[in-house]
Amino acid sequence: MDLGGRRILRDVSFELYPGQLCALIGENGAGKTTLLRSLLGLTPIRAGQALIDGASASQRRALVGYVPQKIAFDADIPLRTRDLVQLGLDGHRLGLPLFPGRKKALVDQALHAVGAEAFADQRVGELSGGQQQRAVIAHALVRQPRLLILDEPLANLDFGSANALVALLGRLTRTRQIAVLVTAHDMNPLLSVVDRLVYLVGGQAATGSVEEVVQPEVLSKLYGYPVTVLRHGRRILVLPDVAAEDAEAGTAAHVPHPEKAD
Amino acid sequence: MFSSFMINTWIAATAIAFVAAFVGFFVVARRSAFAAHALPLGAFPGAAAANLLGVNPLIGLLVFVGMGVLLLRQLVRMGRRDVGTGLLLVLFLGVGALLLSMTSEYAPAVFSLLFGEVLGVSGADLWPILGICALVVVGIVLYFRPLLLDSTFPDLAALQGIRASRMDLVFLTLLALVAAMALPVVGAFLVFTLLVGPPAAAQALSGNPMRVLALSVIFAEGCIWSAIALSYWTNWPIGFFVGTIGAGLFTVARSYRHWNQRQRNFVAL
Repeated sequence: MDLGGRRILRDVSFELYPGQLCALIGENGAGKTTLLRSLLGLTPIRAGQALIDGASASQRRALVGYVPQKIAFDADIPLRTRDLVQLGLDGHRLGLPLFPGRKKALVDQALHAVGAEAFADQRVGELSGGQQQRAVIAHALVRQPRLLILDEPLANLDFGSANALVALLGRLTRTRQIAVLVTAHDMNPLLSVVDRLVYLVGGQAATGSVEEVVQPEVLSKLYGYPVTVLRHGRRILVLPDVAAEDAEAGTAAHVPHPEKAD
Repeated sequence: MFSSFMINTWIAATAIAFVAAFVGFFVVARRSAFAAHALPLGAFPGAAAANLLGVNPLIGLLVFVGMGVLLLRQLVRMGRRDVGTGLLLVLFLGVGALLLSMTSEYAPAVFSLLFGEVLGVSGADLWPILGICALVVVGIVLYFRPLLLDSTFPDLAALQGIRASRMDLVFLTLLALVAAMALPVVGAFLVFTLLVGPPAAAQALSGNPMRVLALSVIFAEGCIWSAIALSYWTNWPIGFFVGTIGAGLFTVARSYRHWNQRQRNFVAL
């Protein structure tokens, strides 16, 4: 996939099934956002395809829920949490939102699913950062998508809120049997709920279970220089290999860079 | 006060306050008060041009606000919406000064375009006003939800196929129509007050969009009706009353909200 003349992603391939949570791990500039935008149909793909339930791009929109990274509501915007959630159902429709009718049940269900009942009637602009995020998740969930995408949901959250969010995502994945795709810099907070890992480095990816991907050989090949994987309890640390003092020279010798054609 | 020559005034003012509340809901929600100030004020040279050419002033106003919307979108595309809006405003005022310098008997008319001439609405003026009002209300009602989502969170709107640039065009067009239509009746400054004062007061009091819309209408009607009545009794200019009541409504409503929030925070502690 090219962006602005630069190749951002190459040979990235993975599958995701309902009831699975997939973590897309990578540093800044690894291509995470580009990959998400291509799934959302916002960035065209040069070669290959992104299929959701085997559906084409035009059908995809209704099947995907998206929670952007930057969420900041205007403090004065005349909108309660439940109004925001209802706009997830009918924001594109014409006419005044006068008669919610049976939509109210769906809205209440989405609010309940994210634990937002307590602030359902509060203005979105008055909520805390974590509450605003839950409101947007409910907005994305209310249309009952098959795939829920969250861009860096753990950034800017304190430990307690991050743990609560991870538990919520795990619960949504299992109980609603949807596929959830989460991007993050650090895989550790997600390890308890993650089923699949897409590990992106410089536009290329290793995919599989945590056990399959987070191995020194796999990651060394991906990074292009030797890395060490440290496991401490349930935490994992990936570091440049301290033994390889001349990493540049080692790269060429041990790990030939895979220059495949697209 | 309700004599036959005043009836047209009441009808026109009521209709204008009603649409101003509808469009004003989004002027405040989209933080577009500057555009709401610039479009009516920038439109008034249109009336001068129409006067020079000897055509209906409403046509001149519509042509000028139309150009205003197009130029505004061009300037905004280059970034810095606030700067573009300000420059456009002064550009149009400059054109207005030029057009005025070409006529000699226009000074009183300029005053009425800025501050309104509610007592001078004729039966023939009334129909175009009511027609444009109906058009704008239909536009806002139709686009209410897409505009609301786009004003709240453009990224989420885009995912539902709502394009931000299209919503901006819809909003500015409806705003321009209100400006052109209301200008000869309530004047450029008073249109602005009706567009921002009542909706901003309403948004301070409630977070429920439908309730805010209803409150905006009530406040706008209350504002214009009491201003006309007070102006009739005191013989003071209506602009003084609309300006004062509009600012007063906003101040009281915002103070109430601050007080309310402080009470809640205090209890929460």
